[in-house]
Amino acid sequence: MPAAAARVVLVTGVSRFLGARVANTLQADPGIDRVIGVDTVPPTAPLGRTEFVRVDIRTPGIAKVIASARVDTVVHLSLVTSPSAPRAKAKELNVIGTMQLLAACQRSPDMRRLVVRSSAAVYGSSAKDPAVFTEQDEPVESPASGYGKDAVEIEGYVRGLLRRRSDLSVAVLRFANFLGPSVDSPFTRYLRMPVVPTVLGFDPRLQFVHEDDGVEVLRRMTLEEHSGLFNVAGDGVLLLSQALRRAGRVSVPVPAPSFSTVGDVGRRFAGMSGFSPELLRWLTHGRVIDTSALERALDWRPKHSSESAFADFVTGQGLGRGAPLQVLDRLTGLFQGDRR
Amino acid sequence: MINAHRDAAEDGAQVIPLDSARRREPERGPLERRIAEGLAFLRRRLAGDYEVDEFGFDPELNEAVLLPAARALYEHWFRVELAGVDNVPKDGGALIVANHSGTLPIDGIMLSVALNDHAGRHVRLLGADLVYQVPVLGHLSRKAGHTLACHADAARLLGKGELVGVFPEGFKGVGKPFADRYKLQRFGRGGFVETALRANVPIVPAAIVGAEEIYPKIADLRPLARLLGLPYFPITPTFPLLGPAGLIPLPSKWMIQFGEPMTLDEYGADAADDPMTVFNITDHVRENVQQMLYDTLLRRGPAFL
Repeated sequence: MPAAAARVVLVTGVSRFLGARVANTLQADPGIDRVIGVDTVPPTAPLGRTEFVRVDIRTPGIAKVIASARVDTVVHLSLVTSPSAPRAKAKELNVIGTMQLLAACQRSPDMRRLVVRSSAAVYGSSAKDPAVFTEQDEPVESPASGYGKDAVEIEGYVRGLLRRRSDLSVAVLRFANFLGPSVDSPFTRYLRMPVVPTVLGFDPRLQFVHEDDGVEVLRRMTLEEHSGLFNVAGDGVLLLSQALRRAGRVSVPVPAPSFSTVGDVGRRFAGMSGFSPELLRWLTHGRVIDTSALERALDWRPKHSSESAFADFVTGQGLGRGAPLQVLDRLTGLFQGDRR
Repeated sequence: MINAHRDAAEDGAQVIPLDSARRREPERGPLERRIAEGLAFLRRRLAGDYEVDEFGFDPELNEAVLLPAARALYEHWFRVELAGVDNVPKDGGALIVANHSGTLPIDGIMLSVALNDHAGRHVRLLGADLVYQVPVLGHLSRKAGHTLACHADAARLLGKGELVGVFPEGFKGVGKPFADRYKLQRFGRGGFVETALRANVPIVPAAIVGAEEIYPKIADLRPLARLLGLPYFPITPTFPLLGPAGLIPLPSKWMIQFGEPMTLDEYGADAADDPMTVFNITDHVRENVQQMLYDTLLRRGPAFL
């Protein structure tokens, strides 16, 4: 295993769920001298050995942190994917933050390794998509808005950095949607709606990556030197209709034009976050990515398939066995009772 | 005492419960068993307890719902006759290349019934992107195992050893006027040959006779088609004259003929990048299908008997 002797690792977005978990995993590794976590807000849970520095990566302050601590590995996780932040602010954090961070990386002579969290959303979602995207495939319709577009721009800046610092080893990870007992995302909030709207006449293919697998991929990618683009997802595919049945949710098909209206009503009256355009497109056309490049590079595959990541989420949330199934079980129980 | 009891149970009892269980089984009448099977199926569907592949293919739904519906049409409405089924490889990747006709792509559905029932293979058809933009049709097509006509999908399916079916004429074939029936249109840009060369799989030509007569397209309302974003808006003797009843296909007599597999072994791996070779093979396949089409048409005789 080609281990990069990572000594000082900087993790961005450490106050959020993924950043905190990755920092916790990295600090347990004896090969790493220091783990520095940065974010704009203080962490909610104690970070242990990780040193927290409150710095906004959109400011040159980040360059000072990288230079003074002689950071050699940067794990960039602060991609904002939830629509809870206003869109303009999220874009600012994602794009301008990455630009500053990469500028600081380019300047630092100690820099060796960069791991960037991107998203499978860079492939977009459309009816003309190939069934499965590999890392070489271009999107048929590039994401025109939302964090998908941010991720496309971030990847562009990373390519720019790599042109100027060809000595760096850079891994860009395109994650499918995270799912697991403790994940809170637009999709999990969508699933928890009292009645779940679906797009009439469409049944998208969905893929998930379990939170534990996501953290493990980031840990391995930080410690090992693999360069390039990697899709990250659990094996297999779940249809939305299938997922809703497994979670025992009541769903109502809604014509596509009125779908976002439902989301808006939910936002106004039920404190939900509404449906972002990219969530809407994903729930219409879905997306499947090919993960063989990751498996070859790491010689490892995610422990959880998309199905078992979803199952773990369902048990974690106490969902499952919807009303129709209960009625059916009651009826078959009667039927069997008669026979005896 | 306990030991002795257990010994006795091990000696004799092993046979007795099994025997009585076996005897109890036939008591469940065939009707009862079918009900139990139906309920188990319903329960699996309601619980989402089934698997789909990465293309969205749902074998259970296909087997239990989609295929039986198509099979009724296949056996009783179109009375499809098959020839040359032995030419379809029993396993491994292969590319079926067929003519396309009928205004609505019913020929694809019949082809998949034919191959499922008589060759024991699930054919994975490559459909136009329009199919995947239309609500309901798109996801049903995926659940039946079909996918979008593009290099990536075809190559991936062939790489997994699947049987892939393609209609290279596309809309030009399926939407041609009734007067042009059984005249093959241009075979696309030969993309299917490139795919077969790259995957090193044989091409099996197929001729489908009968689909031309199901919705004889005698005119085309182009402005309306453009308005609806469709490739054509057909006028048939019954549609839109009879309204929805006009959507019932005419009961023509069908024949499907599979030709001998054309192996592409003689061409090297670079052949796929040589347009001239690709065009030559494309023409060759097209001539084969056209010849088979004429032969089968002669054998069939009158269209509706």
